[in-house]
Amino acid sequence: MGKDAHITDADPAASVDFQEVQATGQFQELRRRHRSFVFPLAVAFLLWYFLYVLLADYAHDFMSIKVAGNITVGLLFGLLQFVSTFAITMWYVSYANRRLDPEATDIRTSIEGHEHDAKKVQR
Amino acid sequence: MAAVANLKDTTWLNMLIFAVFVAITLVIVLRASRNNRTAADYYAAGRSFTGGQNGTAIAGDYLSAASFLGITGAIAVNGYDGFLYSIGFLVAWLVALLLVAELLRNTGKFTMADVLSFRLKQRPVRIAAATSTLAVCFFYLLAQMAGAGSLISLLLGISDWGGQAVVITVVGALMILYVLLGGMKGTTWVQIIKAGLLIAGAFVMTIWVMAMHGFDLSALLGHAAETTGNPQLLNPGLQYGKTDASKLDFLSLALALVLGTAALPHVLMRFYTVPTAKEARRSVVWAIWLIGLFYLFTLVLGYGAAALIGAKTITAAPGGVNSAAPLLAFELGGPLLLGFISAVAFATILAVVAGLTITAAASFAHDIYSNVIAKGRTSALSEVKVARRTVVVIGIFAIVGGIFANGQNVAFLVALAFAVAASANLPTILYSLFWKRFTTQGAVWSMYGGLAAAVILIAFSPVVSGAKTSMIPGAHFAWFGLSNPGIVSIPLAFFLGWLGTVLDKNKESEVKQAEMEVRSLTGIGAEKAAHH
Repeated sequence: MGKDAHITDADPAASVDFQEVQATGQFQELRRRHRSFVFPLAVAFLLWYFLYVLLADYAHDFMSIKVAGNITVGLLFGLLQFVSTFAITMWYVSYANRRLDPEATDIRTSIEGHEHDAKKVQR
Repeated sequence: MAAVANLKDTTWLNMLIFAVFVAITLVIVLRASRNNRTAADYYAAGRSFTGGQNGTAIAGDYLSAASFLGITGAIAVNGYDGFLYSIGFLVAWLVALLLVAELLRNTGKFTMADVLSFRLKQRPVRIAAATSTLAVCFFYLLAQMAGAGSLISLLLGISDWGGQAVVITVVGALMILYVLLGGMKGTTWVQIIKAGLLIAGAFVMTIWVMAMHGFDLSALLGHAAETTGNPQLLNPGLQYGKTDASKLDFLSLALALVLGTAALPHVLMRFYTVPTAKEARRSVVWAIWLIGLFYLFTLVLGYGAAALIGAKTITAAPGGVNSAAPLLAFELGGPLLLGFISAVAFATILAVVAGLTITAAASFAHDIYSNVIAKGRTSALSEVKVARRTVVVIGIFAIVGGIFANGQNVAFLVALAFAVAASANLPTILYSLFWKRFTTQGAVWSMYGGLAAAVILIAFSPVVSGAKTSMIPGAHFAWFGLSNPGIVSIPLAFFLGWLGTVLDKNKESEVKQAEMEVRSLTGIGAEKAAHH
């Protein structure tokens, strides 16, 4: 996308060989860590969500069972969706902070540092 | 019921509170925008917001009139079936958090099209992405304007078409002013203030309702069922359980809700107002907490409205289903709380409309004008000028559309915007981020196919014609039985994206693919931008 792709006019990564970076073991590892975490988790929470939706849609009798007072199974299932959403959020943040950010920062600084050197040489 | 009759006596108080709010926010917008110089300032607020601020603004954007008026009303009238909206709207954030937000922040600049066209052919993909952005924003704007209409008819007791049209026009004009003056920075501040007020107001009402029932949720539910005279209010199926088609409609709605959020252009654009991917993540986390808590409040408010006012009174009130929350506020705290809550609801509509308008304007000016018409030979200054003119045009469209959509349930209308977004945008966003082989043809087929399918199915659904609640009740051309198109159009768009790609003889640039992947995961070039 030409010049427009860059976030600033003075893009520190303007002349990086991205295919080279993509092929490095470190980047492959970062990609693997990211995908092996987010994909299974995305599938899991979607299945859990649709389980809830299908129960609410087709298992009215089951969802209408009263657990305590007027609190039904359906209400509990609904509230559990809130709980699982909050839990997944916190889990992902902690994973990203521990396993993704350090690696990404590492790759970024090594490329950007390299770039700055290259520019100095040109001058 | 007395509540509705008494409302008219407090009109002036409501208007006064509302006017004070508008005045305060206008001052803030003006102050915030004093140094809007570059395009990055106007569209992306100079990337100067923190994750917490942006997360609150996202919550402000997201907790629109649909969430507050629409969901409360849906739960009050349809009970458990209304609860699905809350759950779908919330769970959808996980798609944004896990798959989209950070990667998008790292690869784009101002608009959704920046990301989608990153490694594909510029022209066709940009035009397609801008088209779907404009379509989604239009549907969303309709919903907000319908909300404004409902609220106004309730507050001012204006039930005639002309009177409501005048007020919608005034709201629209105010919104244009906000966006013209403030740009993204001003809009973001309005969102932050409004989110704070809305959540605080809902919190107070929730505690109030719970206190009236001895902080016993079960007692509240019992009271709601009793007032409504229908124990089914607590069980699923009241709205969607009647026929096989309506059950399928529920499923379709659920699908659109959960996949729509991560494809809403005005939400995606918010990720550009923060300096780094980490801040983008932080903003989603803030948003998830605020939005989740708010939806727990709406559960109490919805059943509270059912218990204290009753579904029949709510549906009979001017403004219909959407009036549940304001009526509950009046029942609880009299004119003062009603004035506060309706001012906040007004402000909500105003702020969300501003956010949508700026997104649509940015998309037109940046994607169509700057990159397609002028082919990049334009200055940032003239781009912002075009964006400002677009704001005026979109504002006028929104006003006209809103006058016609008046009276529909707002949450329901927003769900249509979600369906359009999930169909037109989500497949291409996910494919271009995660599928190396994905090509321009796949993107174009998926976007136009998904968009066309969603819009056409809505046009021929009971939403537009054939039923008592339709926009054109007299006409009968509804051959599509479901009111939400998601279950057909979303899988179709995913399929078209795949088909277009495998049938495409052209290969996309592997260099660009590598660049996009490395940038998206590491934030090269994007991270330092804010520090310079």
